[in-house]
Amino acid sequence: MPSADEVKTRIETAIPGAQADVETADEVHFSARVRASAFDGLSRVQQHRLVMDVFQGELGGAIHALELKTEVS
Amino acid sequence: MSDNQIRAAIAEASADNDIILFMKGTPDAPACGFSARTVGMLKALDTPFVAVDILPDPRIRQELSAISQWPTIPQLFHKGELVGGCDIVTEMFESGELASTLGVDAPAGPAEAPEVAPQMPPPIGIENRLN
Repeated sequence: MPSADEVKTRIETAIPGAQADVETADEVHFSARVRASAFDGLSRVQQHRLVMDVFQGELGGAIHALELKTEVS
Repeated sequence: MSDNQIRAAIAEASADNDIILFMKGTPDAPACGFSARTVGMLKALDTPFVAVDILPDPRIRQELSAISQWPTIPQLFHKGELVGGCDIVTEMFESGELASTLGVDAPAGPAEAPEVAPQMPPPIGIENRLN
């Protein structure tokens, strides 16, 4: 089971310039607020896709749910 | 029904219905909190929408996610385009953007995602097409 820190690191590593605040109570359900300059010019759906793509195949598995809020930094 | 037929039925349903929600369960009996919350917001906007339960056949979800490139449920579409899942819909509902995107009047009063949905006639069923 990933920790909040692991999820944060993976988002920040995969998306250049991203800053993520990640919370989890149970290491299965995660809540993340991600700020990234890479989001500039993208729709919300595209912004979320960038983040969800980091965890491809794990969503619904090890990561049961990832609540997301994205912002352009 | 083959996987391709399911995919075609999903594409057709999304093209034919201005507002369509793919969810777990039905608007009256949602089977997941995120689906329930999304239904609640659509009902709060007092707009008609079509709902498709993805649970009866795992291939519905599989094909839907292949089309939309979106892994989670629910998924709200407007005029054939993915608006978002529960998080995005909530953000847009609270900012008033959801109403303008869907082309409906914003609800009176403060826009806070409702916990419990008000009553509304059941949406048009299109489940048969996806069986």
